[in-house]
Amino acid sequence: MLEKLLLVAPELWRAFGETLLMLGIGLSAAVLLGGPLGVALFLSGSGEPGRGRSIGQALGWLVNTMRSFPFIILMVALVPLTRIVAGTSIGPLAASVPLSIAAIPYFARLVEQQLHEVPRGVIEAAEAMGATRLQIVTRVLLLEARSGLVLALTVLAISFLSYSAVAGVVGGGGIGDLAIRYGYYRFETDVMVITVAILVAMVQLIQFGGGRIARRLDKR
Amino acid sequence: MTTTPTPAPVIRIEHASKAFDLPEGGRFDAVRDISLDILPGEIFGLVGRSGAGKSTLLRMMNLLEKPDSGSITVSGQELTTLSPRALREARRRIGMIYQHFNLLANATVFENVAFPLRIHGAMNAPRLKARVAECLELVGLVDKAGSYPSRLSGGQKQRVAIARALANYPTVLLCDEPTSALDPDTTRSVLDTLRDINARLGVTVVIVSHELQALGSLCARAAVVEDGSIAELFDLLDHSAPRTTSLGRELLYYSAETRPGALHA
Repeated sequence: MLEKLLLVAPELWRAFGETLLMLGIGLSAAVLLGGPLGVALFLSGSGEPGRGRSIGQALGWLVNTMRSFPFIILMVALVPLTRIVAGTSIGPLAASVPLSIAAIPYFARLVEQQLHEVPRGVIEAAEAMGATRLQIVTRVLLLEARSGLVLALTVLAISFLSYSAVAGVVGGGGIGDLAIRYGYYRFETDVMVITVAILVAMVQLIQFGGGRIARRLDKR
Repeated sequence: MTTTPTPAPVIRIEHASKAFDLPEGGRFDAVRDISLDILPGEIFGLVGRSGAGKSTLLRMMNLLEKPDSGSITVSGQELTTLSPRALREARRRIGMIYQHFNLLANATVFENVAFPLRIHGAMNAPRLKARVAECLELVGLVDKAGSYPSRLSGGQKQRVAIARALANYPTVLLCDEPTSALDPDTTRSVLDTLRDINARLGVTVVIVSHELQALGSLCARAAVVEDGSIAELFDLLDHSAPRTTSLGRELLYYSAETRPGALHA
């Protein structure tokens, strides 16, 4: 087993890097684009401060549609887009495109849900003090929901760690891909065990780190 | 109580009405054609059973509730005609406190009080710091500046909320059931703080409560709200006038009890 480990070590190391790259790009896209989308969903949703109910309904419909695609189908369907954005349809960079597209609406819904946890009265108090919409978002909603948002990102990171394995099917690379290629297709059980062990360790680490940060941010 | 015959009201409500759509269909008239003047520097009480419309009436005074018809004028500005931007500016001078305090849980006491100053961005850092300290001094919580609200008692939280409401030098302080979540002792101390602020700063206080005892000891005038209308409006110190509503009579009792001298004056 140790011998085998040394044999696949370089490949394992490369796969690990690829996984981090896919996660990094996917999560960044989720935060940068999915975050604002989630805020927009919240603001345009019923009962919350704001007009644009119809814009909200359109956004909600779009988000639902994107989320209804099974990831593997989304990935194949997005191949033309992936070629335009990444210049290729194979490899971790290419896989990052459908990962990002899937992560954005996913995170948007998680953000929307977390913002609903902010007490209505606190938002109202800011309104009564003369805060603008933007100030309410940045100084009230994000502040009060921050630990929940960190936990939402943790959930997203773990989901997308396993999504990134699916990307292996279309030559995406990464640890999950390694597990499928060696462990599953070639019946090399020990490689499979090693890769799964790495994934388990990564999930534990992400959950532990996320939970810790969330607790430190939560002063409620 | 020596007031000039007709001082200009600081809050003037004219023929305000507000109805809500009920979830099961139909409309509920929360406020029906109410007109009311609140005078500068007074402590004015609004009493009524729950659902009578007193909170809705209070929340109209900073346009948290927009009346369906009628007008709301505060400090000479007709809020109902202002642009969103002008309304935000006007709200700066209308402080408000709530039953459940509505503080930012993830911000320190200092940051909570600094919030209204920061959102209007009118003060540089040293002035802001000094103003926050001043407001905390006013409510006796200077030593809690670095604490988070979760570490404070209910009474302390409400005093932080009062400090926050005062930060922008308001002319009016609206209080929505400010002591309903507090025990009797804390209630008394919060009411003392409100009385003290009214006396020292001359801020006009409008207070909604169902605690008649609290109002009886605090207010100069009060209105009884029933079914969306003002059923009775009276001077609490004028014990000779007849009271037509049962709440009015109860209030008379508490007012006489806490201010025995006034009864025979």
